[in-house]
Amino acid sequence: MRGWPLIKILPQKTNFHFVKYARAAGVLSVVLCVASIVSCFYPGLNMGIDFRGGASMEVAKPAGQVIELEEVRAAVGGLGLGDVQVQGIARRDNSAADGSTAILRFQVPEGRDQTQVVQQVEAAIDGAVGQVTYSGVSVVGSKVSGELFTSGLMALGLAVALMFAYIWFRFEPQFGFGAVIGLLHDVILTFGLIVLFKLEFSLNMVAAILTVIGYSMNDTVVVFDRLRENLRKYKTMPLREVIDLSLNETLSRTIITGVTAVMVLAALAVFGGEALFGFSIALMFGIIIGTYSSIYVGAPIILMWGVKRGAAIDEDAKPIKLGMASRP
Amino acid sequence: MVQLSRWKIVVLALSLVFGLLLAYPNALSPEMRAKLPGWLPKSALNLGLDLQGGSYLLLEVDVPAMRTKRVDNLVEDVRVTMREAQINLNSLQREPAGVVVSLANPAQQSAAFEALRLLAGGPNQQGVQERQATRLGNDRMRFAFTDAALDSMGVTAVDQSIEVVRRRIDSLGTREPSITRQGSDRIVVQAPGESDPAQLERVIGQTAQLTFQMVESDPQLTQLALQGSVPPDSQLFLDADGVTPLLIKRRVMVSGEQLTRAGVGSDQSGRPAIDFRFDGVGARRFAEATSAENIGKRFAIILDGKVISAPNIIGTIPSGQGQITGGFSIAEASELVNLLNGGALPAPLKVEERRVVTAELGADAVKAGAVSTAIGFGIIVVFMILAYGFLFGGVSVLGLLLNGLLIIAAMSLTQASLTLPGIAGLVLTFAVAVDANVLIYERMRDEARAGRSVIASMDAGFNKAMGTIIDANLTTLVAAGIMFAFGAGPVRGFAWTLTIGVFTSMFSAVLVSQVLLGWWLKTARPKVLPIADTPVKQSVKV
Repeated sequence: MRGWPLIKILPQKTNFHFVKYARAAGVLSVVLCVASIVSCFYPGLNMGIDFRGGASMEVAKPAGQVIELEEVRAAVGGLGLGDVQVQGIARRDNSAADGSTAILRFQVPEGRDQTQVVQQVEAAIDGAVGQVTYSGVSVVGSKVSGELFTSGLMALGLAVALMFAYIWFRFEPQFGFGAVIGLLHDVILTFGLIVLFKLEFSLNMVAAILTVIGYSMNDTVVVFDRLRENLRKYKTMPLREVIDLSLNETLSRTIITGVTAVMVLAALAVFGGEALFGFSIALMFGIIIGTYSSIYVGAPIILMWGVKRGAAIDEDAKPIKLGMASRP
Repeated sequence: MVQLSRWKIVVLALSLVFGLLLAYPNALSPEMRAKLPGWLPKSALNLGLDLQGGSYLLLEVDVPAMRTKRVDNLVEDVRVTMREAQINLNSLQREPAGVVVSLANPAQQSAAFEALRLLAGGPNQQGVQERQATRLGNDRMRFAFTDAALDSMGVTAVDQSIEVVRRRIDSLGTREPSITRQGSDRIVVQAPGESDPAQLERVIGQTAQLTFQMVESDPQLTQLALQGSVPPDSQLFLDADGVTPLLIKRRVMVSGEQLTRAGVGSDQSGRPAIDFRFDGVGARRFAEATSAENIGKRFAIILDGKVISAPNIIGTIPSGQGQITGGFSIAEASELVNLLNGGALPAPLKVEERRVVTAELGADAVKAGAVSTAIGFGIIVVFMILAYGFLFGGVSVLGLLLNGLLIIAAMSLTQASLTLPGIAGLVLTFAVAVDANVLIYERMRDEARAGRSVIASMDAGFNKAMGTIIDANLTTLVAAGIMFAFGAGPVRGFAWTLTIGVFTSMFSAVLVSQVLLGWWLKTARPKVLPIADTPVKQSVKV
């Protein structure tokens, strides 16, 4: 039974001096955040067809014959037009989809003539699946209408504000600030990664960002919870040390949960095919960043701010013994 | 906390039974589901457009009809303005984009032109002058929409229609439809799976233009109108009974645009009715319409050209609140409420094509998604057992299985659409669900390290971890609740899945481990905590 369950391998008690590196980490975080924000405007997010719209057309073979959607997808996908959506559809005179007709949506890259792109797409399809007829070529708008966008942003803003209020209420104001700044940090850096890897920004990416927010909050609250507990328990210990202690105490949990999540997402990225690749990469990165920010963004902000403890005295400035440091 | 309590076992057993009952239709084929007796739940998971396709509607926004309607209103505006300015008219001649006013008395021309210029107003928020008055001669002037306004009318109509359609489909549940503009005046709506296309069409097909207009109180005029001479400012309608003719003024007193909220209520005799509330402008106009001079007269409530009711005015209503009674069924009333709250369509939508579409993702992609999700789940199972052993790891895996069952049950019950990223997100929910177990187990290890007995450390582990688990999950729940309430479309769908996941994982992770570990504690009477550190001191300093 030695070494198994594996949890026994994890060191019982770690004593990393996390706070010591907080300054360097803070500088790094600020630099990366600024770089990420800049990159969102230049070169800018690679907006997918969900956001930018594009062109659509209908491709049909005579009734009774079958168009191989995968071949169409592969042929048009090879043209470098970004995400191509191919969907089987019923013929106009038929109620069920018989496989002979498909609709196709693709992006028209900026600065290129639509007719020209359409011709290119038609040529690629002809080459892949043989003689087909094309109809209904038209411009399609984005899936994200103006109101959808603004209401989504508003909902997100409100959600963050309420989380802030909740943590303020349950903990202390500075905990709320720490959590929300950590959250913004995670979201901004995830955007940075999306730009860096030229991942297509689609509705799925929005889902990934929202999940990162949820995870980041969850992780931060777990660390803060232990910090709050330790602040009550060790009333005379300097804040810096309490933070280090809390981070070390929650470290095994942070590692197990983080590793589980990252392994799952790695599986999704490797085996999930194109549809899940960008989504899982963004999420994986977001979760790693979320774990990092709980340690190096949330907690240091509390250190910078100071915490009122016991009789409202900043312990760092004036260590007064208020009671016996008690260990159960 | 680890002591086995009877109610916990009962709650666990009940959730298992309900979970199985609601989730098992997913294991049956659609034909078998149809044969289930009526009292059994038979709805399976509603997969999103990307996984299973659905119905496709190509709608044309009837922009010409909307233009005609807007010009109609413009003519009425001119008629009322001229009457209020006490200008005598020879004729009002309707044109495609406006109206030509002929004055009876050329001496009034400057007063008339001034009134029309005031009516035209300045440019709108986009800087477009919408309506314009021009002189055509001494006694003739034209009041019409500008070309710019007519052009933008079409674009705005399509944009507004997209928003209204989306709000209406959102009100049916979290379906995650895809709604896109196609070409200049068409909209493509795709709704996933077995969403009822007839219901979809009914919801989209209604313009839902609600107006309150006065009924002509002079019985003589109504008689004349029935003989064929309808006054230019009125129109003949049939009353709600479908038989009695009503002569109704064209002028709209208040319209659905001024509604802030509609809801299903009930009238004095308990039948379903629609409660409504107007905004400030609407309330003022409604108070005017029901003012003392109109008491005893009737006003008509008209929806899409049909009178739903024409009540008598018995007193002034200053609050802007009211009720529409009209012999609705509850279903009709709630559908109408949804339409009114979603706003009126600026123009009628014509269904041009209704077809079936297959999944947005190819079969390969769906398969890869399924395989990777299964692998992800497998990784969690293996990792938990490796990390915490067969007993503790196994208990959390059982918790996960119950969690999965409850999620499927809840998603089937609420018929929320499940997309591929949604499923991937759920696997991540599992990873976070494991977090609850990890928190509990790590606490137990802490307590065991502090030298407590098995029972004491397990008990303290549950107790102390509980606060953290609740705080962490409540924070997420708060965020999800807000995103559900204020978000739209996919954000709303995401929030719903998240909410379900947080509830079920908190519930199953904690309850399953409490009951199973409590049972183990009772039967095995262990001397050491299996996950506690081996007594060898191994402290690492960095």
